[in-house]
Amino acid sequence: MARWHLVIDVERCEDCNNCFLACKDEHVDNEWPGYAASQPRHGQRWIDILRKERGRYPLVDAVYLPVPCMHCDDAPCVAAGGGAVRKREDGIVLIDPVRTQGMSELPASCPYGAIFWNEEAGLPQKCTLCAHLLDQGWRDTRCTQACPTGALRLVEASDMQMQATAAGQGLEALNPEYATRPRVLYKNLSRWDSHLVCGSVSLERDGLVECAAGATVELYAGDPVAAESATGGSASAPLSTAITDAFGDFRIDGLVLEPGGYSFSIALEGYAPVSYEVDIAGSCNVGTIRLQEVSL
Amino acid sequence: MSTLADKRFTATLLGVEVLLRATARRHPDFAARLRERDIVAQIALRDGSHGRYFAIRGGKVKSASGIHPSPDCSMVFDTADVAVRLMKPNRDTLEFISALKNFEMALDGSDEAGVWFSQTLQMMLTAGTEYGTDMGDGVRRFTSNTNGGPVFVFVKDGKILRITPIEFDDSDPESWTIEAHGRIFSPPRKTTINSHTLAWKSMVYSPARILYPMKRVDFDPNGERNPQNRGTSGYERISWDEALDLVAAEIKRVKREHGPGAIMNGSGSHHTWGILGYWLSARMRFFNTIGWTPIAHNPDSWEGWYWGATHHWGHSARNGGGETYSTVEDCLKHCEMVVFWSSDPEATSGVYGAHEGTIRRQWLKELGIPFVHIDPYYNHTAALLGGKWLAPLPGTDSAMVLAIAHTWITEGLYDQDYVADRTVGFDKWKAYILGEEDGVAKTPEWQEAESGVPAKDIRALAREWGSKRTYLAPGGIVGFGAACRTATGGDWARGMVCLMAMQGLGKPGVNVGCMQQGTPVDTRFFFPGYAEGGFSGDLNGTALAANMYQRMPQVATMNTVQQAIPRLKIPEAIMDGHCEGYPTDPRTIEGQFFRFQYPSPGHSPVKMYYKYGGSHFGTMVDTNRYARMYRADKLEFVVNQSIWFEGEAAFADVILPACTSFERWDISEFANSGGYIQHSFTQVNHRVALMQHKCIEPLGESKSDFQIFLELATRLGLGAVYSEGMTELDWCRRVFEATDLPKTMSWKEFAKKGYYVVPPPSVERRDPVSYRWFYEDRLKDTPELAPLPGDYTEEFRRGLQTQSGKLEFESSSLKRLDPDDPERSPILKYVPAWEGPHAAELYEKYPLHLVSPHARFTFHTMSDGKDSTINDVKDHRVLIDGYYYWVARVNPADAAARGITEGALIKLFNDRGAVICAAQLSERVRPGTVHSYESAATYDPIGEPGESPDRGGCVNILTPSRMMIKRSHAMAALSCLIDVEPWAGE
Repeated sequence: MARWHLVIDVERCEDCNNCFLACKDEHVDNEWPGYAASQPRHGQRWIDILRKERGRYPLVDAVYLPVPCMHCDDAPCVAAGGGAVRKREDGIVLIDPVRTQGMSELPASCPYGAIFWNEEAGLPQKCTLCAHLLDQGWRDTRCTQACPTGALRLVEASDMQMQATAAGQGLEALNPEYATRPRVLYKNLSRWDSHLVCGSVSLERDGLVECAAGATVELYAGDPVAAESATGGSASAPLSTAITDAFGDFRIDGLVLEPGGYSFSIALEGYAPVSYEVDIAGSCNVGTIRLQEVSL
Repeated sequence: MSTLADKRFTATLLGVEVLLRATARRHPDFAARLRERDIVAQIALRDGSHGRYFAIRGGKVKSASGIHPSPDCSMVFDTADVAVRLMKPNRDTLEFISALKNFEMALDGSDEAGVWFSQTLQMMLTAGTEYGTDMGDGVRRFTSNTNGGPVFVFVKDGKILRITPIEFDDSDPESWTIEAHGRIFSPPRKTTINSHTLAWKSMVYSPARILYPMKRVDFDPNGERNPQNRGTSGYERISWDEALDLVAAEIKRVKREHGPGAIMNGSGSHHTWGILGYWLSARMRFFNTIGWTPIAHNPDSWEGWYWGATHHWGHSARNGGGETYSTVEDCLKHCEMVVFWSSDPEATSGVYGAHEGTIRRQWLKELGIPFVHIDPYYNHTAALLGGKWLAPLPGTDSAMVLAIAHTWITEGLYDQDYVADRTVGFDKWKAYILGEEDGVAKTPEWQEAESGVPAKDIRALAREWGSKRTYLAPGGIVGFGAACRTATGGDWARGMVCLMAMQGLGKPGVNVGCMQQGTPVDTRFFFPGYAEGGFSGDLNGTALAANMYQRMPQVATMNTVQQAIPRLKIPEAIMDGHCEGYPTDPRTIEGQFFRFQYPSPGHSPVKMYYKYGGSHFGTMVDTNRYARMYRADKLEFVVNQSIWFEGEAAFADVILPACTSFERWDISEFANSGGYIQHSFTQVNHRVALMQHKCIEPLGESKSDFQIFLELATRLGLGAVYSEGMTELDWCRRVFEATDLPKTMSWKEFAKKGYYVVPPPSVERRDPVSYRWFYEDRLKDTPELAPLPGDYTEEFRRGLQTQSGKLEFESSSLKRLDPDDPERSPILKYVPAWEGPHAAELYEKYPLHLVSPHARFTFHTMSDGKDSTINDVKDHRVLIDGYYYWVARVNPADAAARGITEGALIKLFNDRGAVICAAQLSERVRPGTVHSYESAATYDPIGEPGESPDRGGCVNILTPSRMMIKRSHAMAALSCLIDVEPWAGE
């Protein structure tokens, strides 16, 4: 049978907050009996947009990660709810606003932090995937309808179809280690959970400093020379290779780097190859590296 | 003896009674209207030969032939013939207006009764009309429109349930498509909306709503007025009658005691959306009818464009911004790179454009077009699209411009044929750039010392730009941009034009814009924008005469006071009693040169301030001045008409509660401002004309602006003049009739469905690309009303508005005005910002630049504060110890040097004041700058207003009030030096 899924493309989120505010518009001051009590005007974030910057001035990027209830198939809140939290046939997890009165321990059951405690009403609350609207025939939740960039999409698909879509589009669960089998899947999640290593390469020509375009930049784990001798002379493969752009900038993205020692080797025809070591603790801008002309 | 016309008049009058009764029988709302008041209203001929009077008592209508001795009101016609023609349900409006001004008809007796009776007769035409769509379960779906896009409004039991984008259905026309690079692009079948639009429900039901008229507790119009307590003393509730009587009495008193000009009025730059309710409509009409000293707006979002760029390419009608027809298709097909220069459409949505342009920019990204972003802040457009970020120090952009041109000149990377044929004055500029004039070559290395941007990056940019077909996005539309609001804003905008003049503006793929404007929508379908003036009757201060009056004749209104106060100098005008300014005049390039002085000869200084809204603390400059002005004893009376209790509203003597646009009738189009951005709707993917339904009743005792002004006007005997005897709904219908809508849709259909999507034209009918005609040296073929015929030099439609008709590196208008003006030389030269590193002493004291662009999550002050849901947006405000603080972004290095940590309270300060904000540490902020948006709605001084730190977030308290250049009325808010320190509470 077809079930509801939310697909979130991290690459397309620009923190416009339309999802967050559409959710408030729908749920603040509105009670949807059988689905949800009204959301307090302030405080709860049924879809929480996390922000991350990678790099350092002047080479940076910004990544946003919207985090709603994951509507897990193995939802810890369902297990903790003693029947007051249910998983519907169509995939949606609903907190019964009447039967969960006083269940102040429920928010802690969610590893994603997606359940909020309503102090005034004395009940736990979270994203309902706008089930009250879907049950009326809506084909969008308020957040997916208001999303201008296509970062949020509501997808109705069978488990088999969804598995194929996930494989084809590289969709992943957030924090798969929680093993809760979320119905919310992310595209381009690596932008959030991988590191950006960037820098610039310059050179000198006719007495002027210029951007070094077209240079090959290789990133190695540890010291490549040491690695070479350790492996008996065979060069170890670089973790990643990038070519500098017209501004001499390189960006190595998509790797998850353990903190430690790394090294770069930079090559551009006509210039002496450079290699140097750097400690990397996460996303970083390694600064500008100057190439020297090969002396004749 | 009765003529045929007399007989028809008599029959018409009989028919009126029958119709009144029948309408009341059929429509309960109309029956209720008749029960509102008892009245004897007469309709008669001026010579008294024929007439009939209608006695309405307890909702019952009786009428009798003849002349009543003392009717409450009398509708008098000159002849029976005129009467019959003007009493037809579908009368010719032009004939109606003509008869009014020809004294062929008049309303005698009580103005109030006359307006009521006239409106009642009009209501018969719309009684029983169905508005909105029944969604079942007691829910009705209305339509409305906002600064951030059009919406469906779901209402149940008189309360707004939800506000959503408009999703089109199968009855709406197909969307346009563009084919480029083997792909077909077409927009989604719905409107987009902005975050602040999604917060509207929370703003309607805001605890900050003013629900009844109020008077300051220690204000006594007949005794002590205590102006020194404005901003601190509280308010007490008064009745509407008391409030309106008081305001009307003060209007009469100041006119009687001081003469013309003693009443000043001003609004914020923006109001709730709608052709009729906008400040350029309902407000203008009222004040023109009573005589007033208007606050002359500086082009606050345009500054540098208007005062600078205009002199190189004309476009005075666009405040110096450029035209953008069909550039979306041209950009998609031909462009190889886009340079965003002080351009963040993802923050400002162009203007009014919601996220329509976002979708199109994503197409460019999908095509792999490279982007460059020049901005001291790694802005939201950069964050979404990626690309190279160059971060000049604020106010140094013009040095970058010169260095780019230097590289192009020395490396031959510009279109030399185009420069030779389509421009003038290049050799002079070239000589300056190469250092032949002052011995300083404007090299990339030279600019590095000013902007801090590495010379190598400028050379790389210049080479990319000079060898790729490039679109330049100067500002969020073609115009705007925070750089235009620096001390060198005019120079930056001039530089944008000069760079495009070197690259061949108008060549395929070489143009201005960033996919924000120039969609292939139908520009020939007529629907007015707000700047067309609605029912203002104002033929001088709006675009009514040029673009609306022909469609909707109305009683013309004209201010009799020849006096104005420049908005940026209101405090000086009031406190010092005099000031001077320069006008924002869209008609000609030279219009801006006319210096004016306040007070005008023989005019009274201002004694009464009728303020509309409360936005100046957040949006103007050095805004502690405004608080000090209110608390001085120069203003005898201050009234504020406002929706929310915020900002300047708290400094009024009397507060009149206005309702929101969701609580009144209006009509409008998505993103159509008209006027100074002609065809601004080319920002949207589908042109959508909207009925703005009165979705709910006004909250509390609040009233629409129209109604407040009408009730005041009635107290001055001007009710009929103000309203033409019509209700807001009647005026909506008049606007509807004036548009092209009736050609395809009836009023009834429009009223019910609430919107109309204008079909896109066929590919063959699409507008030509902007400036292609100029590039190819043809007659202008884009559908612009400007320039005016007199501003063409050679022949009509040949060339630009400039004297040469070409792009002018050396500006003929500036050369004529003052060739030796050091601030605005005929060719663009580098003049360091007067507040910046070159102001050495100040820079030493305050080493950080405050960068305060237009805000992302509040439209001016529209959705900030007032307990709206926007306050929960993390990048907007931060909740600390129960208070929502405005965010200020600091580079981690600058923060570390000052002991500032993430989320800490910090004080931004300089000699002008102090603002408490929440620190956000960000690598997106160029070191040496602090980024914090302008436009906080909340002004919350912790001590004496005007003299103590503000924790509301009005960072414009810190910005300079010096004019950008002497010959201007231009703010330079982004040339602002401050320092920052942790705030521990003082």
